[in-house]
Amino acid sequence: MQTIIDRSLQPATKEIDKIDIPQARKFSLDNGIPVFALTAGFQDLVKIEFLFLNHDFDVNRPLLNSATNRMLSEGTSKYTAQQLADHIDYFGSFFETDENSDFTSIMLYSLNKHLESTLPFVSDIIHDPIFPLAELETYIRNNKQGLTVDNEKVSSLARRKFNEVIFGEKHPYGYFVQTSDFDRLNREHLKEHFKNKYSPTNCVIIISGLVKDDSVNLLNKFFGQSSAYNGELKNGRQLIFTPSSVKKHLIEKEGAVQSALRIGKPFFNRAHTDYPGMAVLNTILGGYFGSRLMSNIREDKGYTYGIGSAVVSMKQEGYFFISTEVGADVTNSAIEEIYKEIEILKDEPVDAEELEMARNYMLGTFLKGMDGAFQLAERFKSIYLYNLDYSYYDRYLQKIRTIQPDELQNLARKYFDISGFYEIVVGRK
Amino acid sequence: MINFTTRTLSNGLEVIVHEDASTPLVTLNILYKVGARDEDPQRTGFAHLFEHLMFGGSVNIPDYDGPLQLAGGDNNAFTNNDITNYYLTLPIQNIETGFWLESDRMMSLAFSEKSLEVQRNVVIEEFKQRYLNQPYGDVWLLLRPLAYKVHPYQWATIGKDVSHITDASVEDVRKFFFRYYCPDNALMVVAGNVKADNIFALAEKWFGEIQRKMVLRNPYPAEPEQTEYRELTVERDIPYDSVYRAYHMCSRLEPEFYAVDLLSDIMSRGKSSRLYNSLIKEKKLFTEVNAYPTSDFDKGLFVIEGKLVKGISMKEAEDGMDEVIHSLCNESISADELEKVKNKVESTMEFSEMDISGRALNLAIAAYMGDVNLINTELQYYRKVTENDIQMQASKLFRKTNCSTLHYMSGRKAN
Repeated sequence: MQTIIDRSLQPATKEIDKIDIPQARKFSLDNGIPVFALTAGFQDLVKIEFLFLNHDFDVNRPLLNSATNRMLSEGTSKYTAQQLADHIDYFGSFFETDENSDFTSIMLYSLNKHLESTLPFVSDIIHDPIFPLAELETYIRNNKQGLTVDNEKVSSLARRKFNEVIFGEKHPYGYFVQTSDFDRLNREHLKEHFKNKYSPTNCVIIISGLVKDDSVNLLNKFFGQSSAYNGELKNGRQLIFTPSSVKKHLIEKEGAVQSALRIGKPFFNRAHTDYPGMAVLNTILGGYFGSRLMSNIREDKGYTYGIGSAVVSMKQEGYFFISTEVGADVTNSAIEEIYKEIEILKDEPVDAEELEMARNYMLGTFLKGMDGAFQLAERFKSIYLYNLDYSYYDRYLQKIRTIQPDELQNLARKYFDISGFYEIVVGRK
Repeated sequence: MINFTTRTLSNGLEVIVHEDASTPLVTLNILYKVGARDEDPQRTGFAHLFEHLMFGGSVNIPDYDGPLQLAGGDNNAFTNNDITNYYLTLPIQNIETGFWLESDRMMSLAFSEKSLEVQRNVVIEEFKQRYLNQPYGDVWLLLRPLAYKVHPYQWATIGKDVSHITDASVEDVRKFFFRYYCPDNALMVVAGNVKADNIFALAEKWFGEIQRKMVLRNPYPAEPEQTEYRELTVERDIPYDSVYRAYHMCSRLEPEFYAVDLLSDIMSRGKSSRLYNSLIKEKKLFTEVNAYPTSDFDKGLFVIEGKLVKGISMKEAEDGMDEVIHSLCNESISADELEKVKNKVESTMEFSEMDISGRALNLAIAAYMGDVNLINTELQYYRKVTENDIQMQASKLFRKTNCSTLHYMSGRKAN
């Protein structure tokens, strides 16, 4: 028999009351490299990430970090670049590199059954790269052209300009890469940089997936035998920020049919006590589909395909930004609406229903952010790299569950003084 | 092995359940068997515009996203030439909100004038952001009509022209909905911490009363075999020349697909691939190069594309490409090289199934292909491909008369 249901009513929902966060298990290799393992799922595979902290930044050699890292797999004393790629690909494994201004990482994705066959090549790459000149030339040629193409994109230019004005051009967070920087890459500098940075004393390994005892033994065999260990990840450099004194910047792009906007300011990072509260405020403003910026600028005005905001954490500091691409003819109206939404957060308390929606969305997203071992590894990284422990997530979740409209309004008043905001427009105004 | 249980409701809705007790979440993935190939040539871009309108309120529920977010859920959707796919993930205890939302919009939409007006603008901005305001953004708008003269794959999902989106009316929206959105033209995958019997009961409760519509689909006009080489040259305000070649190939459903897919991996997957090593590293002709099949459900395209190193002529670049192609047609690849790309397919499959939303999508695609168990058996089809199959497919594809080439030239003066 068909039950009659009232389709106008939402079925009862239950709050997400308990969230278990599976924690990393810690091991040490013989040479002291700390290994953190996160086991989950049933796919018989692992991801291994080697993380190195960036120490030095020389404004005259701004590409040294990324170039050195990406050149590691371009040849060792034993193997050519193609031989390395052939072997790693043969076992169905993926070797990837990634760099940001704080950390440099090397990642291997492998099925467990091929791990033992793949690791010797990764070990070779990490211990004995030779940076062949011909490969460096290819790297320079490709990446120079790649950057030139990227510079055609309004969104890329807006991002780079924004970082430059809020942090200053001499800081690694703010440095605006030029194509000519590629020409200054020098093989000797790469070799020297490698020697200083890729040492066991500056390395952390995070392994996630179906981690077996055997996988840890293999790590020890291939990465635990090189020179001795004498310290934790160092705290990183404290370079000075030199933000621009000019707040509004326009990069004109002839013929652009859309303008990219980036509005925001330097901000604290995850370690600050107000960070969890700001995460809630940010969600309401521009952190999800139901946010005020999306509702107003996309769903009501139709000015854009998408708009969002975020609080970004980095080692030394962070930043808050709003970003969108809007029809060139509505650039000014969009900017006006963005500021209007910020002012409303300061002038009026958020209503209870909207806050409830943001809370539940954030808790649901948090839960989703733990689906799978790789995601658990990301959760671990976001605390470990900022010298926090898992109790951070208790505080974070507690704040999401309990924050009230008046506290959000106070945060908006405290941190959203528009006169301190930077505004980048790339396109037409 | 990915477990699944299937049942078809009396109104024709196929329901597939995947049980995974290790997650606190559930994903609902609903695939509608309608895409850009079903559009009227005078109303292109419609299936995709329609996807946006599916979030503009349904017959009993004025707002889709609000209640889902309140239940801790998150969602998205995509449209391609063949299908429109909607998916949401939420905490398991709130699963019923997902059924409530999805069944109501399958029943009927609100057809709001305001929603259409806004989404027309949003889609026009999407058109600008992805196709007009990006370097090399309009390549597919040019390549499709060059390669297809008859089949509806000649237009991109976003549509031929912005005016088609501007002209869409609520009446068009209504007609499209009542023609294609119904239980017998959809399939649903539910994956997560669930029991199949409970899901079948929920499906019956929420979807059971929705009427079937017996979709009448016009057969897609078959693209006649190409008999002459085609070439188009355009000039744009971009920094580097690039080349795009499209060869007609089989559909995703034909048995040869597996050999063609592996052929593309041999050509351009990763740093051990042939095009990468020959054209980027050795001959220094390109800075980027790629080869891939479109994986469409009607006969698709095999694309080879690349950006030229500044100062290299189009002739030199294409000669380099032809040399790689020539050796694939005339010489057998080695057993190791074949084993390599097969191993890569195997691990790619494993990695794509780590989260429930990935598994739900793969199950939906397999079901759409006509056999849910393909999610577990497809690797065997790849494993069966021989060196000879690869060479045969290369010879079949890479004939000059089967090729449409786009020369996308920089209009800037050399500097």
